[in-house]
Amino acid sequence: MEKSIDEINRKIRDGSAVVVTAEDMPDIVSELGEEGALLEVDVVTTGTFGAMCSSGAFLNFGHADPPIRMERVWLNDVEAYAGIAAVDAYIGATQESTTEGINYGGAHVIEDLVSGKQIELRAISKGTDCYPRRTITTDLLLEDLNQAVMVNPRNAYQCYNAATNRSDRTLNTYMGTLLSNNGNISYSGAGLLSPIANDPHLSLIGSGVPIFLGGGRGVIVGEGTQSSPASGFSTLMVSGDLKSMNPEYLRAASITGYGVSLYVGLGIPLPVVNLDVVRNTSVRDEDLITSIVDYGVPRRDRPVVQTVTYAELKSGSVEINGEMIRTSSMSSYSRAKDVALEVKRLVEEGSYTLALPTLRITTEKRSHPMRETKQTPRVREIMNPAVVTITEDESVKTAARKLLKGETNHLPVIDANKKLVGIITTYDVSKSVLLDGDSLKVSEIMSRKVIVITPDEAVDVAAMRLEQHNISALPVVNSEYHVIGILNAVDLGKLFSKRWQS
Amino acid sequence: MKLFLTIQREALKRPLIAQVVLETGVLINVERAHIDSNEGWVLIDIPEKDMEQISNRLTELGVEVKKLENAILHDEHECVECGACLSICPQEVFSFDSDFHLVIREERCILCGRCVPACPHQALSIRQ
Repeated sequence: MEKSIDEINRKIRDGSAVVVTAEDMPDIVSELGEEGALLEVDVVTTGTFGAMCSSGAFLNFGHADPPIRMERVWLNDVEAYAGIAAVDAYIGATQESTTEGINYGGAHVIEDLVSGKQIELRAISKGTDCYPRRTITTDLLLEDLNQAVMVNPRNAYQCYNAATNRSDRTLNTYMGTLLSNNGNISYSGAGLLSPIANDPHLSLIGSGVPIFLGGGRGVIVGEGTQSSPASGFSTLMVSGDLKSMNPEYLRAASITGYGVSLYVGLGIPLPVVNLDVVRNTSVRDEDLITSIVDYGVPRRDRPVVQTVTYAELKSGSVEINGEMIRTSSMSSYSRAKDVALEVKRLVEEGSYTLALPTLRITTEKRSHPMRETKQTPRVREIMNPAVVTITEDESVKTAARKLLKGETNHLPVIDANKKLVGIITTYDVSKSVLLDGDSLKVSEIMSRKVIVITPDEAVDVAAMRLEQHNISALPVVNSEYHVIGILNAVDLGKLFSKRWQS
Repeated sequence: MKLFLTIQREALKRPLIAQVVLETGVLINVERAHIDSNEGWVLIDIPEKDMEQISNRLTELGVEVKKLENAILHDEHECVECGACLSICPQEVFSFDSDFHLVIREERCILCGRCVPACPHQALSIRQ
């Protein structure tokens, strides 16, 4: 049996459609069976509410008199992209204020506009015969704009990796605060309520489908940027009229140590046209699997610690290596439920009819990493391989001699197996002179906690590590923990100044 | 329950808490403390029934005693109940009820302030 979209829309219009949320669907299918659920349910509503950094809005300001061709535009000191003719700009959610930094950004401008607050526009131009004006400053409300069209290039991720941090330092990321040594796990996504999780083959979700966006009416433009349906990470590009939206469902955020983002409420009602839809919308949190990855590794491909279901993540703690680690969510499940319930209410009211995609989104695509023609330099390329080392049992006097002869300030200390066990600096040696340095051994004065780097890490990582630990050199170690070089802050400084000049 | 003790410079030199434990036999749990050259403060946790006895004795010894209440300021308008605070708090002050609404058990708070920067919506602050 199949149901046509026209039949479902007819029921919506006459108020007889049966609408349920994706949270209720699994139990309905268990109770009625798939055929029974297809007969009973007409629409399943989905919802998500989370940080969607890749969001923004096109704004049209109308012409001033005399007119100006705005080349650079600031809204409450947040720059908007104005390289689109004379009186339009795109305000991106993550752009930060030139005066307030991370505390106020494009997302806040959008939230303020939707909340009815006044925004100050500043713009500059070089002036032309047709657009003679060079500067303008004016206060604007959302209602003063001709158009305010939200266009979000990448929203509604099908699935997102959960994050933990195995390094020994607390990290501030777009996944929130990640405590050191696997101190916590942060995840995002609404699990079984998530729109694409309920239509993983994108048979109902595609171009032209009406959606609930930020409290107003929106539409799916098509495939989102970075979308990778073949690997289970589809995204959507969506659009909607900012003037129809509601600040309850559009909330600016400042994520400490990272930047600005916009929390967007997004919901998609799915017409139950056949058994495939019944099966897909009966998905449970137990069926939705994601990976916990280690954000302590500052690389594109971070190691997977283990896989996990959304049911486990939502339970509040996940077991890693026998230890229960507490979880935090960056997205709001209670608000995602509000979105799904609000969409249900709108469809039941009869004012919200559904449509099938006018254009299907391909499911074969897999997004690939950036092609880099100039590889960022690695530690191996700028380290000094002629590193002078010392063994634990040698005297401090020998260390002093080596430091002087090697014209270095750092001596990595190795054991009998040539493994790195410590480091001493000219400072350590000077200090030991005051304590009867002649009779002391290296092992008695060395620092045992050595901050190191590996040869294949990017120099940018080395620079961050030096800064974080406030040190001036890093021993370079291989997989056996043998010292194969040393990286000095001075060499790094030279490299960076050259890179920016060229 | 938790008491916030402010101790002036003169009194800092004496082992006040140890003295009160010995005198009263009440087990005092020191949860946080900060002491500098001029002043110090200590956050202690004690059984509710012993509150009056401990509070009175410490006051006699020259300590300013305040009951710790409403330590966390939660801006319900800004909060979206994401739960970023849940795993950050060492005292498990924050949790979800079965409907994923945020529950705050303020009596557990030890004023560490870790939740304040962890909130993406700036909805949490600590009462000074």
